[in-house]
Amino acid sequence: MNERTRMLDHYTTRVYKNRKDHVLQIENAPSSQEIAANTRTIPGIITNRGCCYAGCKGVVVGPLKDCLVITHGPIGCGYYSWGTRRNKAVAEPGGQNYLPYCFSTDMQESDIVFGGEKKLEQAIAEAVEIFHPAAIMICSTCPIGLIGDDVEAVAKRTEEKYGIKCIAFSCEGYKGVSQSAGHHIANNGLMKHIIGTGDKRPATKHAINILGEYNIGGDGWEQARILKRIGYEIVTVFTGDGSFQTMKNAHLADLNLVMCHRSINYVAEMMKDKYGTDWLKVNFIGVEATIQSLRDIAKYFDDPELTARTEEVIRDELANIADAVAYYKSKLKGKKAGIFVGGSRSHHYQALLRDFGVETIIAGYEFAHRDDYEGRQVLPTIKEDADSKNIENLVMTPDPQLYKQRYSDEKIEELRRELPLGTYAGMIRDMKDGHVVIDDFNHFETEQIIKLMKPDIFFSGIKDKYIIQKGGTPSRQMHSYDYAGPYAGFLGAVNFARDITMAIYTNAWAFVTPPWKNHSTLIGTVGTVGGDDHA
Amino acid sequence: MRQVAIYGKGGIGKSTTTQNLNAGLGEMGKKIMIVGCDPKADSTRLILGGLAQQTVLDTLREEGDDIELDLVMKTGFAGIKCVESGGPEPGVGCAGRGIITSISLLERLGAYEADLDYVFYDVLGDVVCGGFAMPIREGKAREIYIVCSGEMMAMYAANNICKGITKFANTGGVRLGGLICNSRKVDGEAELVSAFAKELGTQMIHFVPRDNMVQRAEINKKTVIEYDPTCNQANEYRELARKIDSNDMFVIPKPLSQERLEEILLEHGILDM
Repeated sequence: MNERTRMLDHYTTRVYKNRKDHVLQIENAPSSQEIAANTRTIPGIITNRGCCYAGCKGVVVGPLKDCLVITHGPIGCGYYSWGTRRNKAVAEPGGQNYLPYCFSTDMQESDIVFGGEKKLEQAIAEAVEIFHPAAIMICSTCPIGLIGDDVEAVAKRTEEKYGIKCIAFSCEGYKGVSQSAGHHIANNGLMKHIIGTGDKRPATKHAINILGEYNIGGDGWEQARILKRIGYEIVTVFTGDGSFQTMKNAHLADLNLVMCHRSINYVAEMMKDKYGTDWLKVNFIGVEATIQSLRDIAKYFDDPELTARTEEVIRDELANIADAVAYYKSKLKGKKAGIFVGGSRSHHYQALLRDFGVETIIAGYEFAHRDDYEGRQVLPTIKEDADSKNIENLVMTPDPQLYKQRYSDEKIEELRRELPLGTYAGMIRDMKDGHVVIDDFNHFETEQIIKLMKPDIFFSGIKDKYIIQKGGTPSRQMHSYDYAGPYAGFLGAVNFARDITMAIYTNAWAFVTPPWKNHSTLIGTVGTVGGDDHA
Repeated sequence: MRQVAIYGKGGIGKSTTTQNLNAGLGEMGKKIMIVGCDPKADSTRLILGGLAQQTVLDTLREEGDDIELDLVMKTGFAGIKCVESGGPEPGVGCAGRGIITSISLLERLGAYEADLDYVFYDVLGDVVCGGFAMPIREGKAREIYIVCSGEMMAMYAANNICKGITKFANTGGVRLGGLICNSRKVDGEAELVSAFAKELGTQMIHFVPRDNMVQRAEINKKTVIEYDPTCNQANEYRELARKIDSNDMFVIPKPLSQERLEEILLEHGILDM
């Protein structure tokens, strides 16, 4: 029996029937095995997934620094999504940064009964008076959907009254099967209301947007540092350290770079359809991956000067970190890792681990779709279900004034043979025989698979980190980086190697023998039926 | 204390019937409280003589937690205590949640005095959501009367309400006490509603004839018994009050299938047309 079978063997028939399609063990790599994804979690399973609001406000909209984001609902959703993602941001010159704040309408019982629109408008009035934001985002939580507050009408009235941008997101937590629904709703809102509303053209000939980079621990800044050294102009970032002011001009960039495919591919595709902007799948997590991505971008622009500069920067950056990489590689080579996060990171981090000789033997996503696992070529075969149909799917037509294709269709076809241009091959293709892939992993499977495959380090999030760590396997959070970072690019790779070397070599919990291993913690005696024998 | 909930199709005359019936019970010396569970807050108008009553939820919104019971409870004809739950204007907020909030608040304020003989809940229309089922949850109303007529949609609604009751009856103590036929002068109405009631496993507890006196009394913001104590319609409401006071038939209803409901209509009602 392989590890997959042994893990699933514990389940009852009903649970097995559901879970078997979400777990696979790689055979005949590069594999084209199919996995079930983006479906409902069975009630009772302790999933790691978040909600639609978490995906919209927490992931995509929240990091926009000059947007004042109001969580419309009772206080909990706003409070517990305050600052937890570690999206770093610094205000643009003369601009604003509202990320340190938490805004909520704090709906009370009588607001639920009588409707919350007035309170929302009052909150907006106060926000405008105190902060003078250029843009306000309204993110609805569950009860708002139940009582039917017309948040879009409030947004419209706000725009008319104050002359600022106001976007309402109906991202109530119960929508969809995971936070993935929230990403899509957020993407739609940005596309409908922000992208294409500015007219500030880039100053240089190699202008790019970075999509799906949330600047956790400063990842985006490390990417920007490298890209700017080469000579790229970054128009805007979706959405880490991003802003409404710069996102308005996103359509005037020459190329979209896509980091997190899952959370932002909708914008990438819609911009391709509406403005003709090509998108390139990149990965700035990992030294080799960063180098590959930089070369891919240079190849797309096909400018000898830019290509030469790219190679020059790569040489210099590599020389700068060579000693550190060699040292950490000597400490980490041969180690094995497991990783369960998000919808893209479990793939991205495999490249970084590979740089240091660490093999990823277990990988899974919380909320990815089949295309994130198997590649975009499976998109036409994914059947829509009631849950996915419930989320609006915008269809774009070319903008008569602004649509501009950089290359002819033939040239694009030619480039696509060499570059991940407008496509993504997915995670499974990069995994080797025997590796285990788990979709919508749960606590039980996490514990089981660690027992069965014994990774030297396990990457996950706050929900299961301490269970894993106290069980004797070092664990690092890949959502928040445990208050460290950046881990992207060349300098980030060294930070990452340092942090995981420390984790693996100071695995304190493995030295603790818990009391229940030595003696029974249960005080008492076994009673007989009728029980006169209690202690 | 008998807690009674009155349900029925919108516009069937629940509030009018409840207040006239309560006037009859009040005349008998019963101590009564009426809790209006309709956001329109028009369940106590006839008892209070048109007095615009401050609703529980409006008060909660304006005064915060510090509410005096006197502010929201008024006494009207025959010493009947009246409370209106109130709620949002149409199309906003959550009226169902409002009823839950309001009844919980009344309990905390001590509105349910031990010496009350009856608490009547006049509930808006159908059991559309959890809020509108609040009056029949465990520990609240144990008996329900449905106001209906011989009109098809009124019976259809009554049947649906029975489905709602069944759910709570199977897990708790709530029971159906009968159908009150508020006549619309449909052909063979009494027989039709009686047959329907029998099929549900209950009774038509009284047939209230149609009489313009009800309309006249209403224009004068009074119950019929207060407006013209000697008229025939006043006696009809006294009879309804007497029957409810002595009722001992409480059942878990057996809702009909759509087909069976239509069959009954054909057998008794519309057959002549």
